[in-house]
Amino acid sequence: MSSKTGISRRDFVKSASGLLIGFSLIDSSIAPEFMAAAQRGAVTDPKAARLDAWLRVQPDGIVRVFTGKVDVGVGLETALAQIVAEELDLSPDRVVVVMGDTSVTTDQGGTSASSSIAQGARPLRNAAAAARVLLMQLASRRFGTSIDELQVRNGIINVKGDPSKTVSYGDLAGSMDPNETLKVSGNGGGVNVEGPGKPKDPSTYTVVGQPLPRLDLPAKIFGRFQYITDVRVPGMLHGRIIRPASVGAKLVHVDEDSVKGIPGYVKIVVTKDFVGVVAENEWAAVRAAKALKVTWSAPIQAFPEQKELYEHLRSATPKASRETLKHGDPIGALANAAKKLEARYDFPFQSHSPMDPGCAVADVHMDGLTTVWSGGQKPHYLQKGYAELLGVPLEKVRVIWVEDAGSYGRPGYEDTGADAVLLSQAMGRPVRVQWMRADMTAWGRKGPAASFDVIAGLDEKGGVTAVQFTSRAFSAAQIHFLPQTAGNYLASELIGMPITGGADEFIEWGNRAPAYAFENLQAVAHVVAGFHDDGASSLGTTHMRDPNGPATTFAVESFMDELAAVVGTDPIEFRFKYMNDVRARAVLTAAAEKAGWDTRPSPKKSAGTGDIVAGRSIALGVRNGTYIGTVAEVEVNRRTGAVRVTRLVCAHDCGLIVNPLSLRGVIAGNLVQSMSRTLKEEVLFDRNNVTSMDWIAYPVARWSDVPAQVDIVLLNHPEIAPSGAGEPSSRPTPAAIANAIFDATGVRLRQVPFTPVRVKAALSSA
Amino acid sequence: MHQAGCGRHVLCDDPSRLDCLQRLSMVEREVPTLVVQRTVFKEIGEANMSQTSLNVNGQAHSVDVDSDCPLLYVLRDDLELKNPRFGCGLGQCGACTVLVDNVPMRSCQLPVSFLTGKHIVTLEGLGTPEKPHPVQKAFIEEQAFQCGYCLNGWVVTAKALLDKNPNPSDRDLANAFNGLVCRCGSYIGILAAVRRAAQEMKTRDKR
Repeated sequence: MSSKTGISRRDFVKSASGLLIGFSLIDSSIAPEFMAAAQRGAVTDPKAARLDAWLRVQPDGIVRVFTGKVDVGVGLETALAQIVAEELDLSPDRVVVVMGDTSVTTDQGGTSASSSIAQGARPLRNAAAAARVLLMQLASRRFGTSIDELQVRNGIINVKGDPSKTVSYGDLAGSMDPNETLKVSGNGGGVNVEGPGKPKDPSTYTVVGQPLPRLDLPAKIFGRFQYITDVRVPGMLHGRIIRPASVGAKLVHVDEDSVKGIPGYVKIVVTKDFVGVVAENEWAAVRAAKALKVTWSAPIQAFPEQKELYEHLRSATPKASRETLKHGDPIGALANAAKKLEARYDFPFQSHSPMDPGCAVADVHMDGLTTVWSGGQKPHYLQKGYAELLGVPLEKVRVIWVEDAGSYGRPGYEDTGADAVLLSQAMGRPVRVQWMRADMTAWGRKGPAASFDVIAGLDEKGGVTAVQFTSRAFSAAQIHFLPQTAGNYLASELIGMPITGGADEFIEWGNRAPAYAFENLQAVAHVVAGFHDDGASSLGTTHMRDPNGPATTFAVESFMDELAAVVGTDPIEFRFKYMNDVRARAVLTAAAEKAGWDTRPSPKKSAGTGDIVAGRSIALGVRNGTYIGTVAEVEVNRRTGAVRVTRLVCAHDCGLIVNPLSLRGVIAGNLVQSMSRTLKEEVLFDRNNVTSMDWIAYPVARWSDVPAQVDIVLLNHPEIAPSGAGEPSSRPTPAAIANAIFDATGVRLRQVPFTPVRVKAALSSA
Repeated sequence: MHQAGCGRHVLCDDPSRLDCLQRLSMVEREVPTLVVQRTVFKEIGEANMSQTSLNVNGQAHSVDVDSDCPLLYVLRDDLELKNPRFGCGLGQCGACTVLVDNVPMRSCQLPVSFLTGKHIVTLEGLGTPEKPHPVQKAFIEEQAFQCGYCLNGWVVTAKALLDKNPNPSDRDLANAFNGLVCRCGSYIGILAAVRRAAQEMKTRDKR
């Protein structure tokens, strides 16, 4: 059998001393299909209505499941294996989860919105339930008994009370009808299937809910795990990218002589303002990218001064506005209020800054099948976008997801893939592009900056009569989080394609932050145009872990704390007056109990006279059915302005818990990462460029910053469908820390991050 | 033991679980590669190329590379090790850490010519699933990571620290680990793993 490179499969195996990812996900029973497809230059398109698009039982008893969702480092693979194993009465280590290859997995909308369990697992669970029924039917026919007389354990079916009548799933695999069909509903992220067999009642679960260790961690810890950066294909070249010297600058001249003498240098690829170098080895590519003399046109001052950012947000005419909520008569109630409280909150641009700056391999064949290996979270969307970029039909592009470092949204891994596509197209050979740190931190996509104004009216007794909430922000979808159009990528912008698919994403009261039940309430959201948003900008904004959640919750939950302080009420008691949701109350109560909460108003009465003062406070997060109560305990050095988070306590309710061990890890990571964003993270820029280039200019939490104690309280609700946990626990942290600083010092921090300089300034102006 | 499976798992030696083509390629890689040379596009020029001898994970290698080339690229591209990993190329994050004579060093900052006569150990050289190093065992038991991309730096740094200092104080830990970044924020689990490993190594040494 020959592959498209004209070498035999056996030779291919021999020649590729590195990774054979193109074949690695394919078992012997389905491999020929793909090999044939590769020869035809087409890719297979799994049909959601076929059972075998979701699940296959192998003769060896292994159950292979296929999902368009991908594991971005939070343990999804393990959880999905548990869910499938549960329905099949199988040990989870007999389940192999194949993720994110557009030729073998159904389009499930990619990984997004913490929905991979809530939505993404449903078709897998239903397919497993269907497979179980089909296997039982086969066994009942074999033994001439009814299904009721059968039982199954660990993939072995036997007739109750007759140990001699036993058959394994593997033994029955060959008898399963390969054309078994399922009923399909929905599409993308909401796609679901149903077949014969009802999924189990969660109250009977024995595998789901167990603290199964992560299936991927041993390979990682023994150094054998293959990340995207380990993908090597025969004949592969190495590429590096050179971005414009300033945002909006046009390419004037490239001096190839500056790199010609570098051993291993192959070529410069230039299309309009897109510049890449290609070399035979990585070091040559690094050297050439550094040495290449490129002349760019003069800077255009695409950005304002950093210090004018929030004034810009407030003064710019919004490109879109929406009243997202209105109850009662907030204007009238405010006019009649005995007392008013007003506050503004600012949240900066932030960078995903994943550990791997970005890596992708592309093997472009304009007259055949193009393959792109990418760690981007949404491989099926990338397939559409890259096909459009190349101008070839969708079926001529296969995107194979390979795990990358945690990506926390749409950081730029999508753009790295487009870089690789353009370089491979130019070279006629596979090209691996590795972004350097500045390619990501400076030029990668950003979480949007936002500014909030909140006003409340109070009556004589301290009751809140009205709240007005106004947000002004760059869109979290200026660069669309679904990377499905050619204009979605930095490379496309640089070759002169217009940005496409961007959307105005509004910050919504109640959706991005808790919805308190105020009688008179108005929420208005404005979206402000991005800087240089018609071309390649290093401040292009998109989804970053829990899009707009931490920013909006910072405003709302800080304001609730301010209100509680004004009326002299304990922050938890104050919130309880304006909320009806029992699950929201339960997480606040659980967090408070675990923290040993002392019920009293903030700020603390006796701060003492020393440099270091301590405080505690709380914030609530609510996100698509997941509830989080987070208590922060802090120490503030009044002399230096340094804030140290000494303890975080998080009570977490995401409905049914699939894997408590894995869930604790996700929450602990979210807590520390969101603490990092609160205390340290702000993308810096001058008039022409983002100046946060690396881990020094964009610092994140390190060892010494981490709280001495982190307590996680899991509230399990098996009766409630799981609602997602990948992001929500990032949400309340900024407000919890701000509120604790207020508790300690009586001073309110209203601008993230709370750097020592900013804290010191706030303390001295108080 | 060669790599098992799809590259995601090492737990199971059931061959049906090990996507077989991958496994085959690994078997072939087991033959010791003593000389790794770049043979393609030689005509471009070899101005700074020279033969360098490296001792990596107890095995001698000779590589024909630019003498200024950072060790990181030689280990990854010439010796085809998966670790160290590229994180920043600036010595700021530690994803590329290797042990040089049991001292943690940033391989992105070490010219390959510096390594002659030194013993380099990468994550692959610590232990195997059958014979795990206590540090690896502890990191697995504590489920210490999220994505795990940075873990190479943590595991080898912890190994070097505990070899030298079986009872690290909080300050010792901070000195050893402040140069590393875990963007997923898995520090809590990492701390638990380091403490567990310290305990395990002390118990082992007493035996």
